[in-house]
Amino acid sequence: MWGYDFDWSVLWREPYGQWMLQAILTTVHLSLIAWGIACILGLTVGTMRVLPSRIARAIGTIYVEVIRNIPYLVQLFMWYFMVPLLLPKTAQMWININVPNIPYWTGVICLGVYTASRVAEHLRAGMHSIPAEQYRAAQSTGLSTFQTYRYVIIPYGVRIVMPPLTTEFLTCFKNSALTMTIGVLETTGMAYLIDSYTWHGLETISGAMVVYMFTTTCVVLFMGWVESRIRIPGMLGRR
Amino acid sequence: MDWGVIPRNIYFLLGGLGLTFQLAAISIAGGLLLGIIMGLARVSPIRWINYPATVYVNFFRSLPLILVIFWFYFLVPLIMGRPLGDFLSAIIAFIVFEASYFAEIVRAGIGSIRKEQVFAGYSTGLSYYKTMRHIVIPQALRNMVPSLVTQCVIIFQDTSLAYVIGLKEFLRRTALVDAAQFRSIELYSFAAIVYLVFCFAGSMASRRLEKRRRQMGR
Repeated sequence: MWGYDFDWSVLWREPYGQWMLQAILTTVHLSLIAWGIACILGLTVGTMRVLPSRIARAIGTIYVEVIRNIPYLVQLFMWYFMVPLLLPKTAQMWININVPNIPYWTGVICLGVYTASRVAEHLRAGMHSIPAEQYRAAQSTGLSTFQTYRYVIIPYGVRIVMPPLTTEFLTCFKNSALTMTIGVLETTGMAYLIDSYTWHGLETISGAMVVYMFTTTCVVLFMGWVESRIRIPGMLGRR
Repeated sequence: MDWGVIPRNIYFLLGGLGLTFQLAAISIAGGLLLGIIMGLARVSPIRWINYPATVYVNFFRSLPLILVIFWFYFLVPLIMGRPLGDFLSAIIAFIVFEASYFAEIVRAGIGSIRKEQVFAGYSTGLSYYKTMRHIVIPQALRNMVPSLVTQCVIIFQDTSLAYVIGLKEFLRRTALVDAAQFRSIELYSFAAIVYLVFCFAGSMASRRLEKRRRQMGR
C-alpha cells in the first residue's frame, strides 16, 4: 500500500541490534556525564550571578548570554573544529595521542558547557525566589551562616528548582542526539548509520524515537514521584 | 589567521543566512498557527479534542528535533509518493515540532487568565467561542508575547539543524567553505557572531517586553 517494504527486523537483527544497544548506552552515559559537568558549572555560574561582586556578576552574565544565543550545533562545531586549532601544537599532539574517542569527549564537554548556562539560569531564579526573611529568620534563631544554608536555604532551594531541572536534564538528554554530527555513534547517529547499510531509515529512526520517548517518560514519572515526596506543603501547587 | 576568507565568500554565506531567515519565518508562522490550535485544544473541556492534542504535544516534546527532521525526511516521500526536497521536508518537521512548544506557551498563557474573566464573559451571555475569542485570547496573547519572542529566537537557532539533511542554510554553507578552505577559526567565529547578534537582539526584546508587561500588570 505504501510502496515500501517495511523491515522492522533491522532493529534487532544481527549485527544491528547489538549496535543499537551500544548506541543507546552511549546516549545514556554521554548525557549523564554532560549533566554532571552542567550541574557543577551551572551551580558556579548561577552563584556568580547573585554574588555582590560586580565582576563576578558580569562574568556570569556574559557566559549565560553568549552560550544561550549561539546555536548548540554551531558551538559543537566550534569545539570540534576550532578549539583544537587554538591550542598550542604540543597540546594538540598530546590530545591526539592520549584521548581515545575525541568526538565523544568533545560532545560531552560541549553539551555540559551548553546545558550549564541553562542550569545556571534556573538556579539563579531559584535563589531569588527564596525570601530574604527566611535567611534573617534562620539567623535570628541563632544558626550560623553555614547552618543557615545547610538547613534552611539549600533544602528550600533544591525543592524549588527540582521541576525546571528535570526539564533541563531531559533537554540535555535530547540534545545529546546532536553529537552525531561530529561522528558520535549515539542512538540517533546509529539509526542513521544503519540506514546507510540497509536503506531502512524509517524503521531505525522510528525505533530511536521509541527509545527517547520511553526514557523521557520514565524520567518524568520518576521525578514526578520524587517531587511529590519532597514537596514543600502548601507550595508548588502541582496537580 | 586569514580573515579575508569571509569577504571572499560573503555572498555565498549571506545567501545561506537568507535561507536561514526564510526557514525561521515560515516555521514560526506555521508553528504558531498550529500551536495556537493545539494549545486551545489542550484547554478544551471536550475530551476527544483535549486528549489527542495532549498526546501530540507530549509526543513531540519528548523527542530531539534532529530525530524529527530525519523522520520526516524518510516519511514524507512515503506518504506523498515522491521526494519533496530538503527544504519542504525540513519546513514540515520544524512546523510540526515547534507547534508542540508553541502549544505549551499558549496553554500557559490561557492558564494565566483568571477564571472570573471567563465567568464574566458567560454571564454577559457570550458563548464559549465568543468568550475565548473576545476575552480570553486577547489577554492571554499579551501575556504570552515575551515567551513567544523567546521561542522565536530558539527556532532561529534550531534552523541550523536543517544542516543534517543537507539543506544549504547558513551553518551548512559555513561548513562547506571550511571544507574547501580550511579556515575553521575564522569561519566558525563568524557564524557564531552572526547568530549571537541576531539572537541577542531577540533575547533583549523579549526581556524588555517582559519588564513592560510586569509594569503594566501591577
